Amino acid sequence: MTQPDTRPALEALRAQISRLEGRSGRERAVLPFGVGEIDRRLPGGGLALGALHEVAGGGADALHCAAAGQFAAGIAARATGKVLWIVTRADLFAPALQQAGLSSARVIFVEAGTDRDGLACFEEGLRHGGPGAVVADVARLTMPASRRLQLAAETSGALGIAIRRWRRQADAADFGQPTAAVTRWRVSVLPSGPLPVPGVGRGRWLLELMRARAGESAAFEVEACDERGRLALPGAADRLAVPAALGDRPGAAASGRGRASA
Amino acid sequence: MLAADLAARKLGLRAGMPVAQAQALVPGLTVMDARPEADLAALERLALWLQQRIAPIVALDRPDGLVLDTTGADHLHGGETVMLRDIVRRLAASGVHARAVAAGTLGAAHAVARTTRDMAVVVPAGGLRDRIADLPIAALRLPENIVAGLDKLGLRRIGDLDHAPRAPLALRFGPEVALRLDQALGRVDEPILPVRPVDPVSAARAFAEPIAAAETIARAIGTLVPPLCSGLEARGLGVRRLDLLLHRVDRRAEAVRIATGRPVRDAERLARLLCEKIETIDPGFGIERMVLTATLTEPIETRQHVSALVEQEDADLSGLIDILANRVGMRALYRLAPVESDVPERSVTRVPALAPDARAEWPGYWPRPIRLLPHPEPIGTMAMLPDHPPAFFVWRGVRRRVACADGPERVFGEWWQGDAELATVRDYFRVEDTSGARFWIYRAGDGEHGESGSQRWFLHGIFG
Repeated sequence: MTQPDTRPALEALRAQISRLEGRSGRERAVLPFGVGEIDRRLPGGGLALGALHEVAGGGADALHCAAAGQFAAGIAARATGKVLWIVTRADLFAPALQQAGLSSARVIFVEAGTDRDGLACFEEGLRHGGPGAVVADVARLTMPASRRLQLAAETSGALGIAIRRWRRQADAADFGQPTAAVTRWRVSVLPSGPLPVPGVGRGRWLLELMRARAGESAAFEVEACDERGRLALPGAADRLAVPAALGDRPGAAASGRGRASA
Repeated sequence: MLAADLAARKLGLRAGMPVAQAQALVPGLTVMDARPEADLAALERLALWLQQRIAPIVALDRPDGLVLDTTGADHLHGGETVMLRDIVRRLAASGVHARAVAAGTLGAAHAVARTTRDMAVVVPAGGLRDRIADLPIAALRLPENIVAGLDKLGLRRIGDLDHAPRAPLALRFGPEVALRLDQALGRVDEPILPVRPVDPVSAARAFAEPIAAAETIARAIGTLVPPLCSGLEARGLGVRRLDLLLHRVDRRAEAVRIATGRPVRDAERLARLLCEKIETIDPGFGIERMVLTATLTEPIETRQHVSALVEQEDADLSGLIDILANRVGMRALYRLAPVESDVPERSVTRVPALAPDARAEWPGYWPRPIRLLPHPEPIGTMAMLPDHPPAFFVWRGVRRRVACADGPERVFGEWWQGDAELATVRDYFRVEDTSGARFWIYRAGDGEHGESGSQRWFLHGIFG
């Protein structure tokens, strides 16, 4: 479904469905990734605001969610306003969030002792509408719970990101269960791109769009978030002399913009 | 002599000693007349202070104790143990030497507090009986002549009393012995008469029929909050701590306390916060009276908003913060702010969620891992040259070959933190294994000098 369909009957039917779903009149706002290849695959041309999205780490990262956490941080950094981040284990390192474009002044952390409290805080944050994005560590997400979260996000227009973080590797099988989330992502680490000198290059991820409502699944190989939370395709970054993770500071915004639109 | 503190006891002074004897023991002892009324007034002031800050129900336990019913409030302070330590610490800061005990019953807490040496004790619900069985009977709040009489009978411990037949004791000493024992063991309820703040803003409602259903309680809250808010408005105040006392038909009181980050006078918001707590209320056989009191109030400052043309102001999150704080506790809600330290675990501090933004940043020259392990975990490595990262390492049983690495980034010990850190050094490396997983590892020491560290390797963080 990469080509927009122009048949009038189908359009009328779609309009009727969206009216039935209760969001007629206003067009869904989206947060584009700024990477054409990814945005084209997403309905609306970006990550839908006022919706719940699921992110999980692939392989061994399912327990630590390092790449998944940074992916979520990059998205939250590009959203507007404050960010509410609900954690079950307080191991996020704030300097790294700042390096993903999410300054410490914007993030309010909530340490939820239990999954139940975490989900309740997640829902409150989404329903309130004050924070532009709400990120939460969620282990078990049932269909009713995710539907509540999705409804809360729809009423306020906030972006909800559930980082699926399990305590045991075996629990990660839960990720196949259906939920009401609009998109479902899996982020796995890949070896970084080669550098002309010895050292570690900009991180590289395999970004799998496992499920998208009204869209198709896809997989992308991307460069990890830069200092403004933007992803890039590997080819585009090779043209830059300095790897972004090492050299770029917010001052170097102009070069970053060129990369993002490439 | 009425009382002896630690310094006095070291000199050999004891409470109950004649003044002449004390003066003989310590020459030049200053003697002051006891003023029980002033002591009582000070205790009352302390009770009101605790009521504002800790728990809604605070009563005097004359002459030297205070009783707090913390059932509805300990979640705001991060659990019982943390709360007790906090109370003792805050009292010590104002010069009051106190011991804090949390127990299932007033009597047991009273007994343990007067016999323990620890500053803060939490008696678990199941261990109450065993905990007080060995304590002397004098801790049971019985008159001295009864204690002396029981002593003559050979009954010295609370456990002895519990096993003794009741009828002869009641015949000889009256019903008080059995009553105090039952109160301590929780067999008989003991109502607590709380102190009242002077002239508080409050609203009360009595019910013709006792109520118990959650919806009814919610409706009653809805009718109590607006008069309270108009009372606050008349004085220009907003609520920081709001207490709802629910008096049950069986003479017990259930309490709900909510705390807000900023003074609030919005009826809808306060009612919402109170209604969230309904599920914690145990209505028993029904509630006959509800009293809503603004225990801690502050003047509300009305702030002029910046013109929307200049910059878009962030949405006001204080309402959301209050809702979350009343669910998970104030301590679990924070922002992170930079601290000027190169040691990673010291470079971050927690500040209150609504604290003003200091506009400080962490230096961004080096990439930092998104997940920092709570404690660096030792890893097995193959020894290499001092300036090089290991060629492979074993972490949590998985052997990983290092494909490429960046570093070292040297972090020096902070000598102002203590002499032990004078020469210590950590060399951080960012390594990537063959599968692409990126880790932050360090060597404790510079690889050459023994005094700089143990030269062992640790894994400290995981990059995304």
